[in-house]
Amino acid sequence: MAVTIQEVDHIARLAKLSFSEDEKEKFVEQFNQILTYMEKLNELDTSDVEPTYNVLALTNVMRPDEEKTWLSQEEALANAPRSNHGFFSVPKVIG
Amino acid sequence: MDLTTFDYQKLEDKIKTRELSCVDVTRAYLDKIEAARSLNAFISVYKNDALKRAEQVDKKIAANKAGQLAGLVLAVKDVLVVKGGRTTCASKVLSSFISPYDATVIEKLKAQDVIFIGKTNMDEFAMGSSNESSYFGPVKNPRDMDRVPGGSSGGSAAAVAGDLCVAALGSDTGGSIRQPASFCGVVGLKPTYGRVSRFGLVAYASSLDQIGPITKSVSDAARLLTFISGHDHRDSTSANLPVDDYMSYLDQDVKGLRIGLPKEYFAAGLDPQVEKPIREHIDVLQAAGAEIIHVSLPHTEYAIAAYYIIATAEASSNLARFDGARYGVRAQGVKDLEEMYIHSRTQGFGREVKRRIMLGTYVLSSGYYDAYYRKAQKVRTLVKDDFERALSDVDCLLTPVAPTTAFRLNEKLDDPLTMYLSDVYTVSVNLAGLPGISIPCGMDVSGLPVGLQLVGKPFDEGTIIRVADFLEKSH
Repeated sequence: MAVTIQEVDHIARLAKLSFSEDEKEKFVEQFNQILTYMEKLNELDTSDVEPTYNVLALTNVMRPDEEKTWLSQEEALANAPRSNHGFFSVPKVIG
Repeated sequence: MDLTTFDYQKLEDKIKTRELSCVDVTRAYLDKIEAARSLNAFISVYKNDALKRAEQVDKKIAANKAGQLAGLVLAVKDVLVVKGGRTTCASKVLSSFISPYDATVIEKLKAQDVIFIGKTNMDEFAMGSSNESSYFGPVKNPRDMDRVPGGSSGGSAAAVAGDLCVAALGSDTGGSIRQPASFCGVVGLKPTYGRVSRFGLVAYASSLDQIGPITKSVSDAARLLTFISGHDHRDSTSANLPVDDYMSYLDQDVKGLRIGLPKEYFAAGLDPQVEKPIREHIDVLQAAGAEIIHVSLPHTEYAIAAYYIIATAEASSNLARFDGARYGVRAQGVKDLEEMYIHSRTQGFGREVKRRIMLGTYVLSSGYYDAYYRKAQKVRTLVKDDFERALSDVDCLLTPVAPTTAFRLNEKLDDPLTMYLSDVYTVSVNLAGLPGISIPCGMDVSGLPVGLQLVGKPFDEGTIIRVADFLEKSH
């Protein structure tokens, strides 16, 4: 399945990235090359194979629900591009 | 005597008997770093902090209260957070990020009086095999300045090979410790998935990432591993298993050990100049009484495709957090929140990172999830089963690390697929979660280092350390 410019646009929207027309064309070319290579996996019949999402086969790891001191509000906000009254501050969400 | 060439084993006695002070040692490395700026191995150098810490450690040594790694001058890949300093991941997006806490491995090493000398350059967000995707520019290979040091822990490997530190920490998602160690002629150890806590490691692909040491000797790797390993309640994927004293595996023989050679790793594509010194080392093992067994890992040819699907999928999810809201670079002059996200990410990430986020988003997107992502996770099971089968009959595997020695800067820069394919001997080990060590085993005709990889059973770092140490001492 070949990737098109429209699909690159769609994926960029999902990934919250934007690209110039030149970059998109390059993506189409490189994506198709890489995805063609990845289709190699279709040579394998995996209908009876379980996926491995984690090699340790861990399920839920529980811990006691206890209060602990972690970062102070000041420390947590120290790297924020903008903060206000102890909150992260961002541009308006609703137009 | 140039003390910067010493490994910690050599340095330790001189420091603990106070023949050398930690301040002397730290100063020697700082001078060396200054003189080797053209390598571009460091993003941050902790000049004053390192000297201050060295003074404190000297006082502790005098008072007989020093930790077990006192005076070990360590460089840290800039993907691990160190409290109060910059952690950039070699990305514009984090170029001014100051970490408010220490990674678990840093905490553990601080407790042993390690001296942190600085943060090393790397591929942006650990995505790359050549250290050319760094926002701070490429790192050069100290063995040949026209060549790449490998990646993504290229700065760490170059810093160790260039004698800019005693040892370094790296991270390995698909070969990022072992391949640069091989290209630079030093030792690189990727522990079993879960052996070392990942708390404080900025995530690339969470089911594959592991932190490990890059060192001048196998014994230093064993020693650092002993101190960084163990369960951590802050990383639920860290294994709750006892930690070995890995030093106890040094200076052992290899008699009776069964060592497997996977035939798929000695096939077409392997440079004969890389194969030759590896074969010589196999002969050394055989002469010493190890049994060499031919084994097969039949799904090897599918590993790279599966790896790049899984790694990019996890990356696209992990890197969603860099949106300009809570930390990192925020684009200016935006009209609303959506624009802030898009412009911050577009301006903040470099080319290779965007490519991987896009690929990862694609393979996870509606309609493609089963065809790519789920399929890759199933193939991962097949790859893992291959290793389980092979390792049920042998004690460890011996393979090349990379198909070639260090390639030239810019050689593969604009050809992502060719770059990805160079990871052929390392990615499977991450898919299966196994421990692997890369040790120098010779040179090609141009004098570039060749590496050899040993792969062990889960949580059996001991055996690969034993064989690696034996081979190192056979030189």
